[in-house]
Amino acid sequence: MSELQILQEKINYDKTFDCVQCGYCLPACPTYETMERETHSPRGRINLVKMVAEGKASVEDLKNPIEKCLGCMACTTVCPTSVQYGQILEGAKEVIEDNEVISKSRKTIEDFLFGSFFPSEKWMSNLGNLTWFYQRTGIQSFVNMTRLTRWAPLHLDKFEQVIPKQPSPKERAKRTKRYIRKRPAQAKVAFFTGCVMDGVFFRTNQNTIELLLRGGFEVVIPEQQTCCGALHAHSGKVNDAIELAKRNIEAFEEEKIDYIVNNAGGCGARMVEYHHLFEEGTPWHKRAKQFVSKIRDISEVLVEVHGLHFNKPVDRTVTYQPSCHMTNVQKVKTPPLQLLEKVPGITFKELSRPDFCCGSAGIYNIVNYEDSMKILDVKMKDVCGTDSESVVTTNPGCLLQMKLGIEREGINQTMDAVHLVDLLLEADPQQK
Amino acid sequence: MEALRKEIPDPQIMTKISDRYSYSFDASFGEYLPDIAIQAKSKQEVVHIVKIANQFKIPIYPRGQGTCLSGGPLPVHGGMVLDLSQWPEQIDLNADDLTVKVSPSVLTARINEEAEKHGLMYAPDPSSAHVATIGGNLAENSGGPRGLKYGVTKDFVLGLELVTPEGKVIRTGGQTIKNVTGFDLTKLIVGSEGTLGVITEATLKLMPKPPAVQTIMVEFDNVRTAGKAISRTLTSGILPSKMEFMDQACIQAVENFKPSGLPIDAEAIVIIELDGHPETLRLETDLVGKIMKEIGAANVRIPETSEESAKIWHARKQVSPAIAKIKPTKVSEDATVPRSKIPDMMDRLHDIKEKYQLELVVFGHAGDGNLHPNILCDKRDQEEMGRVEKAVEEIFQAAIDLGGTLSGEHGIGTMKAPFMEQELGVVGLEMMKRIKDSWDPNGIMNPGKIFPEKGQKLVLRNE
Repeated sequence: MSELQILQEKINYDKTFDCVQCGYCLPACPTYETMERETHSPRGRINLVKMVAEGKASVEDLKNPIEKCLGCMACTTVCPTSVQYGQILEGAKEVIEDNEVISKSRKTIEDFLFGSFFPSEKWMSNLGNLTWFYQRTGIQSFVNMTRLTRWAPLHLDKFEQVIPKQPSPKERAKRTKRYIRKRPAQAKVAFFTGCVMDGVFFRTNQNTIELLLRGGFEVVIPEQQTCCGALHAHSGKVNDAIELAKRNIEAFEEEKIDYIVNNAGGCGARMVEYHHLFEEGTPWHKRAKQFVSKIRDISEVLVEVHGLHFNKPVDRTVTYQPSCHMTNVQKVKTPPLQLLEKVPGITFKELSRPDFCCGSAGIYNIVNYEDSMKILDVKMKDVCGTDSESVVTTNPGCLLQMKLGIEREGINQTMDAVHLVDLLLEADPQQK
Repeated sequence: MEALRKEIPDPQIMTKISDRYSYSFDASFGEYLPDIAIQAKSKQEVVHIVKIANQFKIPIYPRGQGTCLSGGPLPVHGGMVLDLSQWPEQIDLNADDLTVKVSPSVLTARINEEAEKHGLMYAPDPSSAHVATIGGNLAENSGGPRGLKYGVTKDFVLGLELVTPEGKVIRTGGQTIKNVTGFDLTKLIVGSEGTLGVITEATLKLMPKPPAVQTIMVEFDNVRTAGKAISRTLTSGILPSKMEFMDQACIQAVENFKPSGLPIDAEAIVIIELDGHPETLRLETDLVGKIMKEIGAANVRIPETSEESAKIWHARKQVSPAIAKIKPTKVSEDATVPRSKIPDMMDRLHDIKEKYQLELVVFGHAGDGNLHPNILCDKRDQEEMGRVEKAVEEIFQAAIDLGGTLSGEHGIGTMKAPFMEQELGVVGLEMMKRIKDSWDPNGIMNPGKIFPEKGQKLVLRNE
């Protein structure tokens, strides 16, 4: 095979032909709207992938348009010819990664984030613990300890102010790994904790377990589970993503369970696509299929069992910012709305463009801060228009981003962002 | 370049290879790398850019969202793509006059949305209305299913503002329904595919929105009967808003793609939409049902709920993506014939399909004779594409033989240019060319479109 043929295979050249360039994706694409050029649209990106595969443009030319893609997959939902944009995007990222055209500073950050940070439970709970420490002691010692100043251009300081109050390390360590019901269980579920959720939103995770228990489930938390690999795949680190997928598949095979429940739209989306990582017909593919069939978002299982009755009214006007990955990849759209409807006292105001990404997109808001903020500003205009007191989300990235948006708008006195799980628990759900 | 930068903000000037390639294509065939792509957001910017292009004789290609199916915005001779899609949206609706004034970047569906707020409608409904700009629709004189009853874009334009190829601003028409002052330049510009200037504003006509609609789906055992049924309906005193045709290959493709409950055994179906007052609709629905039964339709389905109707129209919308699954490359034509010739055209298409052994399917707006024969092929297969070229030529010839036209709603662009003389004759085409030359003495405005170059032939292959 010639060099170009190898490139064509890697970059999914064949798949680019599914695109008939009709342009139906343009109105759905957040970056086309904020960056105002075809180069930053799905159709433009797919065309550039094709140009690179045909040797007309270089991988370097492709880099910026691909890096600026949020990966929100809104285009795949509106695409009339079902172009596999996700695979084209990941192929392009892999080729870019192989070409090592990523800037050096970004590479150092990524190597750290992906090599040791996200897969490590220790680091993640350390992050939580450090954040707790920082919140108790003030910024100086925290910054010194972690040498966070190195990250200053990443605008991490902006994110720090929106990270919630952390539980003490003691509380963190106390969590049980298994909750068995005395009464017969609705089903046995394994809880996928997720690294950011468990690191930064530990209390929401605890609340998720509480909800599942009240819903009548038996809950286990397999200890060997690891990062879902979403951020790795989004950054072209395919081998790492496969490795993490294997570890998770193994971890959740250990005992007989009905569902694998998660509360992070992004993680769920990655996990329902694990089988794409393995060649069809291989044992791993089969195991992945098995794994995928059990993946559920927390809202799905709560709706499926009809087990909860909400006792306490929550008198609040809320709006809902769906996670793009939950909508466009997991195709879970209505369950969160169905649950909100059941909570007494809530006035629900829909966003005019709920399917428009908030700009969080994994680590996009960290590495492409300015572009992300432009998208966030579009989103916040819509959010503010609903006059809501709470923005409900179902993914840690979106949750942080919405909190950031509320800070930026200077309306943190009148509005907050909450995970759906936390809001539901506030309404004191009890089994019927 | 220096001259451009004087009045155009930097972010609107694109010279990087990634940007240039992003404006090298549309939704039709071919890819041509422009030297520069530039965005205009106001009339002043357009004037500035066009003047420079005219001064330095740089070809300039106006472009909306690039959804064109005939190659209108393709920069075939290099030069400058002028992207108008980022112009801030302006919709100035005057409900009392039933008119609306819009900027060229407004998405066509947005005009109808605004009109509906006042109980009005903007009738032209190309299937890409939610993506395409009105500027593009005006340039190409686009149409859609409702063209049967209401007409196409040109029937709804009262006035235009245009920057001429020499950088001057003119206004044509006005705001009144009746207007016979001078030549009708408005109609000349609409459908001129960006060869006579850049449209910077349009005043459009609105009409009252019909209070109700009724869908009817009719199945046929043979295509000829379907053709007859269409003519019979239209001569019975009823004018449906839409009459859409699908052949068996399309029906099966849709059912394979996303099962929608279409009758896969039927040789053809015709989907009708009536609009008007609910009482009139009841009478007309009965009448259509009777006509269909008399003429020998296999089955008439009258949906009772709006959900059921929506499902039928959704199935119709699925045709394009569904047939794209047959083979990756879609050559979509819009040759149009007089309504009474639909059965003959269907026969000719059938013969062409057999002769060249191609996947040819037919659907379209049969009520106005605007069929969409689509050939499904693979552009990487050179031998097959050779056969496709020949088949397309014969489709055009068949349409002209039957007293029809090359294009009902997509435009001529590059692909159909070689056939212009066949339809218009030598002198007819020459007169058009003279108009073009006097408007655009330096030939900078969207060159390579409509008018064939010497010896130009239809080419779908990459050499």
